[in-house]
Amino acid sequence: MEWEVVIGLEIHAQLATKSKIFSGASTAYGAPANTQACVVDLGMPGVLPVLNHEAVQMAIKFGLATGSEVAPRSIFARKNYFYPDLPKGYQISQMELPIVGEGVLEIRLEDGTVKKIGITRAHLEEDAGKSLHGESPGMTGIDLNRAGTPLLEIVSEPDMRSAKEAIAYMKKIHSIVTYIDICDGNMQEGSFRCDANVSVRPKGQEEYGTRAEIKNLNSFRFVEKAINLEVERQIDVIEGGGAVVQETRLYDSDKHETRAMRSKEEANDYRYFPDPDLLPVEIDNETIEAVRANLPELPDAKLQRFISEYELSDYDADVLTSSRPMADYYEIVVKASGGEAKLSANWVMGDFSGTLNKESTDIKECPVSAEMLGGMIKRIADNTISGKIAKQVFEAMWQGEGDADAVIESKGLKQVTDSGAIEKLVDEIITNNPGQVEQYRSGKDKVFGFFVGQVMKASQGKANPAQVNQILKDKLKP
Amino acid sequence: MSLTQDDVKKIAHLARLSISEDDIPAYEKELSNILGLVEQMSAVDTSDVAPMAHPLDMVQRLRDDVVTETDHHEQYQDIAPNVENSLYLVPQVIE
Repeated sequence: MEWEVVIGLEIHAQLATKSKIFSGASTAYGAPANTQACVVDLGMPGVLPVLNHEAVQMAIKFGLATGSEVAPRSIFARKNYFYPDLPKGYQISQMELPIVGEGVLEIRLEDGTVKKIGITRAHLEEDAGKSLHGESPGMTGIDLNRAGTPLLEIVSEPDMRSAKEAIAYMKKIHSIVTYIDICDGNMQEGSFRCDANVSVRPKGQEEYGTRAEIKNLNSFRFVEKAINLEVERQIDVIEGGGAVVQETRLYDSDKHETRAMRSKEEANDYRYFPDPDLLPVEIDNETIEAVRANLPELPDAKLQRFISEYELSDYDADVLTSSRPMADYYEIVVKASGGEAKLSANWVMGDFSGTLNKESTDIKECPVSAEMLGGMIKRIADNTISGKIAKQVFEAMWQGEGDADAVIESKGLKQVTDSGAIEKLVDEIITNNPGQVEQYRSGKDKVFGFFVGQVMKASQGKANPAQVNQILKDKLKP
Repeated sequence: MSLTQDDVKKIAHLARLSISEDDIPAYEKELSNILGLVEQMSAVDTSDVAPMAHPLDMVQRLRDDVVTETDHHEQYQDIAPNVENSLYLVPQVIE
């Protein structure tokens, strides 16, 4: 039987506020345990939550950036469950009337087709603390620094039909939340993570199959692997005559499996009710328009602009706009290079990105600034250096040996464009290789490459390749 | 509408309340009475009444995004039953 995969994602984006969603404690990552958990975060009796203005602004930003409805009135609810890292015994979240309503997002698939994925809603909620197991025998340690950190939970429609589509959607959301600066997008630190609802159904069937929810996937690679594993598991269960159970599963990247976490039936009885400690949030049009006026250029708009302004291919524009730092870097390179858009794209996507990856460096901390790279590309464009020599210059810049002009000067890498000097080299090579000259003149065109190689070698790579070609051709004529 | 004894046990479990078997019939009756009251209210036609989210007819005030809290974890941990390396300790929660 042919199976169709149905996937919906719940993405948790940690909002980049300075203080928590309902208290004035810091949200900075990595502080010593419990030093950033105040009485509100600890759920002490008698304390009251007060909503963070910035968290609301960020949620509005997200709504506008994804073309979703921003609710004029939204309310907070208590989601009740017991776990030691949730001291109040409930999480403040939103159930009915979330702050952001329906929207649609376009994702671009590998083959270039565009698909629309529905956003069901996005709501504000607080994060829980962290449980640390195995620190002390028989005990669990609780660090409440993370308790009360603002999250935006973004819920999609079950519109994705493969792990690849799920990744494309997740990457799109990641790029939007980082573009509009509401989330740092750091997946290692858990600032951006996702739960995947996965089910399968016979192809052509209207009705959805029973779904399993895979929790806490914190890398794009894990999401893809976990979904594919879960799909295989569900198909095996059904084809073996069994039935998929609705449950929460955990992905274990070491064992490469998903396993049942808890039966959803009981755990899911959250008994939501409106939180009496918080009043309804009202957002007027004026506020929405003020946020809209300050929205930065979004990934899709930037992509279109890169295609028209820099005459880039869809692919190049897509790669260069995938993150805002990368897009900003590219634009400065182009400017510094004197408008060499295509050459700049090749360098940013090629040697530059390659070196970033190899050295595991962040674009903001890399030793070659966009101005430096642009300056070097300018020297390729004006024939001061060849593309090949540029690789040497780039490496030297990365090692901190100064900007392109300084490196070219100190290493004597300036391209030889003096025809007289090149002619002299060519004459020497021709004199020293009579055999090859004979072969070439008798019609063996391949030997031409040998001459080019010899001249370039003699000039230590500095001769202008176009000139070398021309002069060689002239001189080798019988 | 009335509750069964199993409903009472489930509600108690969800609320992590320990109740004795002897008390269950009394709870069953009291909780059923509350539901009866709700049922009575449900009989009123509220189709053109907006659901109330809060008894106060006011809007949530927002605070500026400023860190105002300082570290007092030592004081808070003085009254915690069990602490180690600045972590609050509880009986192990996973198997």
